[in-house]
Amino acid sequence: MTLRSLVLGTLVFLLVAAMAPTLPVWLVSLATIALANALVVLGLIILWRAGLVPFGQALFYAVGAYSVALITRYTSLRDVLVLIAAGAVLSCFTAFLAGFLLARYREIFFAMLSLAMSMILYGVLVKTETLGSTDGFGVEPPTYIGYAPQGRMHLLMLFWLVLAFCAVAALLVSLYFRSVAGALAVPVRDSEIRLEFLGISVNRLIHLNLVIAGTLAGIGGALAALSIEHVDPNMSYWTTSGGFVFVMVLAGAGSVAAAFVGSFVFELLKSIAYDILPGTWQMFLGAALLLTILFLPEGIGSLFARLRRRRQRQSMSATP
Amino acid sequence: MSAILVVRDLEKTFGLLVAAHDINVAVPPLQTVGIIGANGAGKTTFVNMITGHLRPSKGAIFFDGRDITGRPSREITRLGIARSFQVPQVFASLTVFENMCIATAVAHAAGGLLAQALTPLHSPDTVAEAEAALELFRIASYRQALAATLPQGVRKLLDIAMAVAGAPRVLLLDEPTSGISIEEKFGLMDVVMAALKNGRITVLFVEHDMDIVERYADRVLAFYDGAIIADGPPIATLENPRIQELISGPKLNVAVLGSRHA
Repeated sequence: MTLRSLVLGTLVFLLVAAMAPTLPVWLVSLATIALANALVVLGLIILWRAGLVPFGQALFYAVGAYSVALITRYTSLRDVLVLIAAGAVLSCFTAFLAGFLLARYREIFFAMLSLAMSMILYGVLVKTETLGSTDGFGVEPPTYIGYAPQGRMHLLMLFWLVLAFCAVAALLVSLYFRSVAGALAVPVRDSEIRLEFLGISVNRLIHLNLVIAGTLAGIGGALAALSIEHVDPNMSYWTTSGGFVFVMVLAGAGSVAAAFVGSFVFELLKSIAYDILPGTWQMFLGAALLLTILFLPEGIGSLFARLRRRRQRQSMSATP
Repeated sequence: MSAILVVRDLEKTFGLLVAAHDINVAVPPLQTVGIIGANGAGKTTFVNMITGHLRPSKGAIFFDGRDITGRPSREITRLGIARSFQVPQVFASLTVFENMCIATAVAHAAGGLLAQALTPLHSPDTVAEAEAALELFRIASYRQALAATLPQGVRKLLDIAMAVAGAPRVLLLDEPTSGISIEEKFGLMDVVMAALKNGRITVLFVEHDMDIVERYADRVLAFYDGAIIADGPPIATLENPRIQELISGPKLNVAVLGSRHA
């Protein structure tokens, strides 16, 4: 990662964190859920770079969310980091298991198998009385190393926590993209044969990417459960997965930052659409996606790349 | 003398079709072997079996005394047998430099995928070595070009350069000069052979152009109908009229072939 993007990222992080107390409550809640979902999208970008689009990523999202919810329901554990760690570990393990099957498939077969797996979980959640059935159940508010914030502070603490998770995830994923294994994603799309003949197991590489993406989705789900304070089977439904894919297309695979901007834009669009056109808000979102594909086929990330190229050109012409 | 590559009674069948049978070869280290034969004679099947792309139906393959029969290609590559492809397998949407960096970095990042996830791609060693390889194969001027846009000859060279990145001991080239104009063939082979000389590599190459075989091979294996029908020094093998008829049809003029190298 370049020093410039590291400094810029840190500045944006500090600025957003400092601004949060001055923002209206609705915007902080919206940003919290948007950032939690952005972690899922970040995972999708990792897979998409290798040409894989899972239509069932909500599986891991729901595993993360339900882990947190079940712990607050059946135990007295309330510490936020313990809750999220549980969500992360369980979704990581789920992705590890699912990966043995998923990593052997590509393209539409991969997408559909992933969708099928998430729908199995949906079926289980809907039918199981002890898991809250179709209504789901509530999530108890967490504590922060013993501190139990109230009211507005509760909202802010959670926002800062989500923001911190996003910052760490963005940093780690950027480093991963610059590693040898991370750089092999595009080659998977271009020539699996060459990779195998360089000594790489493509299936194992995809398996690793699935585990990373699944863990990110689980953390996103855990944070979303804490933010919404409720879980229900819709978190594993295919339309939830579709929403993540929507944001992935909106964000594009070009940049890590785009996942966060894209997710925020998506949530904002959704609220605005719901406000103006309560009956037909999906039409508004559909139009937004259509416009993105027509005019910004590589997503919001391509705007950043365009800016970077322009800056490079300028610095090149400045130093003849 | 101990051979580096030994193939014993190798056979490959696809249903009723026998693609290769009764193949017995021992290749001593540092030999350059030309593999000839008409289309469908079993040359590529032979290469595919040695490199683990196809699993032999029968027989055994030994590399440096070790049985590698039916091992997956990535393991065989790690052991030291690399290959290039008739249709170059390069990463089309990356630049030549990135292609070479990936091949170099993968070759050096031992210790599996997790180690590779923690190793940066553009380490100074990797970059320096990738640059050196591009120089060695004379394609450094295409450094920033996307692999998809390369002329066929350059793409072939990149494919071979990537195969050699892991410092293999045996290299199999599947038709290195196919799809290249007659005038460029010798230039390309000169570059490849000069680059390989430094690496002390045993080379087996599949080739249709008999002039190329005669110039670069120490030994020729002639395939016909899935079997090796001749195995010997180039000139004697290529001048055998029966081989000529079976490999390239009866029209080839022996006098012309002989006089050129007189």
